[in-house]
Amino acid sequence: MSKLLLKLESINKNFAGRPVIENVSLSLQQGEITTLIGPNGAGKSTLAKIILGLIKPDSGSRVASSAVRIGYMPQKVTIDPTLPISTVRFLQLANVSQQACHDALESMSISHLATTPIQNLSGGEHQRVLLARAILRKPNLLVLDEPVQGVDVKGQNALYKMINGLATSLNCAVLMVSHDLHLVMSATDHVICLNRHICCQGHPEQITQDPAFIDIFGQTTAVYSHHHDHDHNLHGEVLDETIHSHGADCHHD
Amino acid sequence: MTDFLLYALLAGLGVALVAGPLGCFVVWRRMAYFGDTLAHSALLGVSLGVLLDINLNITIIAIPLTMAIGLVFLEQRGFLALDTLLGILSHSALAAGLVVISLLPDVRVDLLSLLFGDLLAVTKSDLWMIYTVAAAVMALLGLLWKQLINITVDPELAAVEGTNVTMVSTALMLITALVIALAMKVVGVLLITALLIIPAATARRISHTPEHMAIAASLIAMLTVVMGLAMSWNLDTPAGPSVVISASFLFCLSLTYRRQLS
Repeated sequence: MSKLLLKLESINKNFAGRPVIENVSLSLQQGEITTLIGPNGAGKSTLAKIILGLIKPDSGSRVASSAVRIGYMPQKVTIDPTLPISTVRFLQLANVSQQACHDALESMSISHLATTPIQNLSGGEHQRVLLARAILRKPNLLVLDEPVQGVDVKGQNALYKMINGLATSLNCAVLMVSHDLHLVMSATDHVICLNRHICCQGHPEQITQDPAFIDIFGQTTAVYSHHHDHDHNLHGEVLDETIHSHGADCHHD
Repeated sequence: MTDFLLYALLAGLGVALVAGPLGCFVVWRRMAYFGDTLAHSALLGVSLGVLLDINLNITIIAIPLTMAIGLVFLEQRGFLALDTLLGILSHSALAAGLVVISLLPDVRVDLLSLLFGDLLAVTKSDLWMIYTVAAAVMALLGLLWKQLINITVDPELAAVEGTNVTMVSTALMLITALVIALAMKVVGVLLITALLIIPAATARRISHTPEHMAIAASLIAMLTVVMGLAMSWNLDTPAGPSVVISASFLFCLSLTYRRQLS
């Protein structure tokens, strides 16, 4: 069953007069994994925050279903070292029971870190704790901003597997932000290539046959390839407007 | 024991009680310079209050609050780094306060006691004021504790999970302004931040949860008030600086404590 959870229509956002999001529309359905890819400065995190309701767009509308419960995994949480706080206490801030916190740690296979000060965690452990907090409130929409940031390749694979499992077990919509143009999960249902505007979007392709690729990334990830019908200059502006039309007629090799 | 010493002790303990947990937030949220700015503008509050003949208890709180709101507004414009902005506001407020005091027709303001506190001149009505405000601050902190910790850890995560971040951080600003108005009596505008951050920094070394740290900071701040008053009584030193020096002494002691642990 697919249910519309959240919808953006013609969103525009400027920062200090500079456009960061231009005319973006998208919808997030229950049970669907959407990946937002694009270069640095493409406005991915800004768009994610508009979806979360943290940033108000200058124009356009954000319509959320009344049933939507959002779980958010920020890029990074920086906690001052002077604040003494354990991992399990960090999870309890989400206002859930102690048992729920331990269950979430368990499902991320990090129960042994419950009493560790959160500032002492490694990159991979840190990301798992953030993911645990995101799922604590049993969300039906997960927004993950660069979930594998600061994690080594092996750990990235494990994290992607976990996210995939979560999407299934929680039956939730997932919006994942990644700056990596080549590496996205094969299980992604929908890929949006963003560079301030939506360059193109569609289903990712299964290209997992290359032995070298499998050797490095394993079977679970795929190269997403699409035909880019236009180029960008260094400022992200579209170079040849005539051959490019946004979104609708993008096609994949 | 004479009355004025008892009053001084009770006033100091009341302020120390609330300085502990608030000082923790100042340390966690890196607001030390922010505290300085509010403290300096409290001096401006006093001088404006005298100049315009308004109740000082009102101006001492109103001027820092106005300053805090102005600060938030300027920060959102984002054309200057926050520390530069704080430096400008903080020292402008201090300078303006001093200039206004010098303009007052006859000197009715004891500048030294404003700058460094005048714990030994505390009256019974001051005590009432201190304990009423301290009770209000403790109630607010208790009520909002979980949300305050939440926005300190990560405001965006807290907002997504339903915390009203603007309301809670505004409340924290109000609490800070209230505590600074109180602490002015004890250590004066120039040393207020010290009374907030030194006990908290000392408590950090022996604490494993935010609550432990807040309670430990309160107890340490109270201890430094007792030590500072004893020092002031025996050596005839000014009370405010004596309290701060005692806090620094305990902080140095805490450094050796950690070394023994590891």
